[in-house]
Amino acid sequence: MGTPAEHLHDPHLQHHFSDRRQQLEAFKLGMWIFLGTEVLLFSGLFCAYAVYRASHPEVFIYAHRFLDKTMGGVNTLVLIFSSFTMAWAVRAAQIGAQRALRRLLGITLACGFVFLGIKGVEYQHKWKEGLLWGTRYVPQEHAAPAQTDHEAAAELGAPAAPVVPRNVHLFFGIYFVMTGLHGLHVIAGMAVLAWLLLRARRGDFGASYFTPVDLGGLYWHLVDLIWIYLFPLLYLIH
Amino acid sequence: MPPAATATAGDVDTLFHFILGISAAFFLLIVGLMVLFVFRYHRGRAARPAPSSSHNTALELTWTIIPLILVVVIFGWGVRVFLDINTVPADAYEVQVTGQKWKWFFTYPNGHVDENLHVPVHRPVRLVMTSEDVIHSFFVPAFRIKRDVLPGRYTKLWFEATRSGEFQVFCAEYCGAGHSDMLAQVIVHEPGGFEKWLEQEANVLAKLPPAEAGARLYKMRGCAQCHSVDGKAGIGPTFLGLVGEPVPLQTGGPVSADENYIRESILEPQAKLVAGFQPVMPTYKGRLKDQEITAIISYLKTLQKAH
Amino acid sequence: MTDAITTPAPAASGNALAGANYLNQERGLRSWLFTLDHKRIGMMYLVSILTSFLLGGIFALLVRTELLTPTKTIMDAKTYNQMFTLHGAVMIFLFIIPGIPAALGNFVLPLMLGARDVAFPRLNLASYYCWVGGAVLALVSMILGSVDTGWTFYTPYSTTTDTAVISMVLGVFVLGFSSILTGLNFIVTIHKLRPEGMGWFGMPLFVWSLYGTAIIQVLATPVLGITLLLLALEKAVGIGIFDPALGGDPVLFQHFFWFYSHPAVYIMILPAMGIISETVSTFSRKHIFGYRFIAYSSIAIAVISFLVWGHHMFVSGQSNLLGVIFSFLTFMVAIPSAIKVFNWTATMYKGSIWLAAPMIYTLSFLFLFGIGGLTGLFLGSLATDVHLHDTYFVVAHFHYVMFGGTVIAFLAGLHYWWPKMLGRMYNQRWANIAAGLVFVGFNTTFFVQFVMGAKGMPRRYYNYLPEFMPYHVASTIGSYILAVGFFIAAGVLLHSLFRGKPAPANPWGSATLEWQTTSPPPTENFAVTPEVGDPYDVERFQYDASIDGYVVTRGPLAAAAR
Repeated sequence: MGTPAEHLHDPHLQHHFSDRRQQLEAFKLGMWIFLGTEVLLFSGLFCAYAVYRASHPEVFIYAHRFLDKTMGGVNTLVLIFSSFTMAWAVRAAQIGAQRALRRLLGITLACGFVFLGIKGVEYQHKWKEGLLWGTRYVPQEHAAPAQTDHEAAAELGAPAAPVVPRNVHLFFGIYFVMTGLHGLHVIAGMAVLAWLLLRARRGDFGASYFTPVDLGGLYWHLVDLIWIYLFPLLYLIH
Repeated sequence: MPPAATATAGDVDTLFHFILGISAAFFLLIVGLMVLFVFRYHRGRAARPAPSSSHNTALELTWTIIPLILVVVIFGWGVRVFLDINTVPADAYEVQVTGQKWKWFFTYPNGHVDENLHVPVHRPVRLVMTSEDVIHSFFVPAFRIKRDVLPGRYTKLWFEATRSGEFQVFCAEYCGAGHSDMLAQVIVHEPGGFEKWLEQEANVLAKLPPAEAGARLYKMRGCAQCHSVDGKAGIGPTFLGLVGEPVPLQTGGPVSADENYIRESILEPQAKLVAGFQPVMPTYKGRLKDQEITAIISYLKTLQKAH
Repeated sequence: MTDAITTPAPAASGNALAGANYLNQERGLRSWLFTLDHKRIGMMYLVSILTSFLLGGIFALLVRTELLTPTKTIMDAKTYNQMFTLHGAVMIFLFIIPGIPAALGNFVLPLMLGARDVAFPRLNLASYYCWVGGAVLALVSMILGSVDTGWTFYTPYSTTTDTAVISMVLGVFVLGFSSILTGLNFIVTIHKLRPEGMGWFGMPLFVWSLYGTAIIQVLATPVLGITLLLLALEKAVGIGIFDPALGGDPVLFQHFFWFYSHPAVYIMILPAMGIISETVSTFSRKHIFGYRFIAYSSIAIAVISFLVWGHHMFVSGQSNLLGVIFSFLTFMVAIPSAIKVFNWTATMYKGSIWLAAPMIYTLSFLFLFGIGGLTGLFLGSLATDVHLHDTYFVVAHFHYVMFGGTVIAFLAGLHYWWPKMLGRMYNQRWANIAAGLVFVGFNTTFFVQFVMGAKGMPRRYYNYLPEFMPYHVASTIGSYILAVGFFIAAGVLLHSLFRGKPAPANPWGSATLEWQTTSPPPTENFAVTPEVGDPYDVERFQYDASIDGYVVTRGPLAAAAR
């Protein structure tokens, strides 16, 4: 057990830990385990994706073209950039660079808003075109894939008018659940970032204590990583 | 276990008894030792035990490896018999099985649909099964066979009965309120008996007056599971006094329950749904011939309320 | 938090009822509802899960009463279907999954590690409130029309039935968080808060079992989470992923569901096995036999448990090859459990056995879990499982392992740690009588179900063929005997709160660290840093009639006491 003196003087050391190092290791281990649970949560969805893609490849090849690759690509870059600023923010906290920390947290948070905004535009577009899940899949007459049929046909080397496969809604069901759940996690991450920003403004973090920024950063990186898998699987099918 | 009525059932029983023997032996060993130790080493609280070792690698390895060998034997044997149960012979006689809440339908190669499974003895029979609604499971304890019956897919099962008689069929996957009433019989005929039965049954409509034929269809085709004839509403409205009376619809109505209404409700149950009932009736389009629908309507007409 | 200086000294026996202990050092409802003390959180969990056990037990008695006659007895089919569904859901999600880890583990784990608390006390409290939230949602579901799908929620029945599936499923989802947070907390606690001198192979086996359990909780529960989320979405907005009419696959639901629910049964049994390791050693006054094998087997079980889920689906239409693979792995997971049973029995050899209530329950466990485990062989073998799947044979098997195993071990643990948790001893004779009644009632209820099942009696049946009636009647009578046994056991423990003799620090002579503090412990767990040694070196402790407990006779603490 750490000496009572240590406990008395260090406001950041919780009573049941014997020293700061033990506490930090415990928090890091806990965070990694939590991230593990998040990965397993999404793994169920990735598994469903794999099962349906293997059994109905034509549905995925046909339906994914309705997704806007450009918007998805921009979102990917936004998140990767935000991971960079987040890592930089952790570094800033570590060296006690308060202004840089606040700025970088703010930029990361802003990237989150941009991501959600673009996703919102995409969702709204699908809604208008009736490209939804299950029995709500009622494609509008003019719903055109983001690529023209010609381009897709040229890619596939097939005749110009592709046959519309049955159960196309399966793709959109999976798309909305996967990106929706991811979006919820982005929102949660943004809440964490906002709280970190608030605390950074109060001057809570510095070289002697920056664990929350560190752990928050880990969470944000996971959110980014999941999207990096989602994007090619949903948007870039060949 | 019910007496085995197929060859593979006998194989399953042999394996079952082997496992039973091994289990009983180990169980008696453990419990026997336990009781023995309790009696031999029962002491007061102050007593201290004689020192003894707290591990013995040779012993621990032995009681790891021996059970390991035994379970591998059980495993291998189980696989062998399982593959027998699941490998359908090529020359089997095929019957289509349909599960629906809460009745089994058996469709024979000549088109006849029956509520029981009739088969000839000493002949491999293949069942091709599907469900109209939720997951059911076709289970014949006497044959030691069971297979889930899925919607939107076909699953297969086979057996060869080795003696004649009647054997119970259960539904073995929970499917709602009538799950425990979803029963049927496997009727194994002596040589020659099966063909005779099939021919007779297939022409039942030709032989019976329409109302009687309709009564049989009411029982055999699943109507009875949801529609009573005694005035009490079940999952569906009662048939007593139905024909000719006005019927309140969910979308307004009322509509007169005439022949056209009844026919439409059989083929498109949700078209004119009666008020106060759930839209759960499956369609019989393609499953009832026009003649059969007419017979059913004739039967319903006989169900007048007492005045 | 009380200052250590003003804490009155405990009695010479180590009882602290009259002095300051975690129960009286802070008072008032708020001090409980907002507590960060793992012992108080453990007690709140204990009360909550025992209440759930009562509720689940009432549903069971109603089910068994209905089954007294082959047709309707006291309720209609739809109500019956809801009764067995609720019995399963309440028992599994509200009682047995949190069960030993939350109610006993929370209390005992930090004490066994000589620690001040678990790694994340606030997360611990959060996990309790997740339990409460999940329980509330489950209650909401019961009020809104309940559920009639069976606790397994198979599609498409669950997505098409008109009962309150969504609220129940969301309740279970929230309960999942409780389980995950507990598991996460325990893993970090065990990794980081072990004392000086306690390496991995110096930990008590209960701790090993909690570790294996925590791994499963953390890895498997999220998969249940996503499965239930998909089910709720399917029912609420018609995603179509499990609906065959829309090209979906209902069997996929089963794969997802059992991927969690099979490891879940090891969440249930591993901590139970951990308790048995403690009690069989303590009440035989002997070092546990084969410590390392038992420790390794806990991890082996945790790992292999993830690979066997398909044995619930041998007749589901999955391919023969999958069936073969799952059957093989299922037999592999049986071996570590068998090893444990042999080790426990060997521990009793040449011991000095005391038949106190925890030991009666321990012997009960060996008997009942033995049957439960061995009957698993019939079900793991493909050919016999075809016949036995979805019959009462399966019902009997899992009740023998979950009830005869986990619940009996839970009772052993409850009677073992009761003096530590509440500072009171209880009436041994009546506790043993209750244990005997539970044993007799249990076997009467469930052994006949093996026979019924082998004869073909399917499960979840409201009506049944008259030939099965004698078995059902016997089973129902057994359930009433069981209920009486439980009420007596509850009465014995409750009575002890008012009239029980004050308990010494170490009534049973165990060598694990929780017995080195007072009964009940102070809020900070240890006034004096405990002495870490071999957790099974029970020979260090000698019975002292003057305190009706055990005192240490070797080592620095003994020297200090002299």
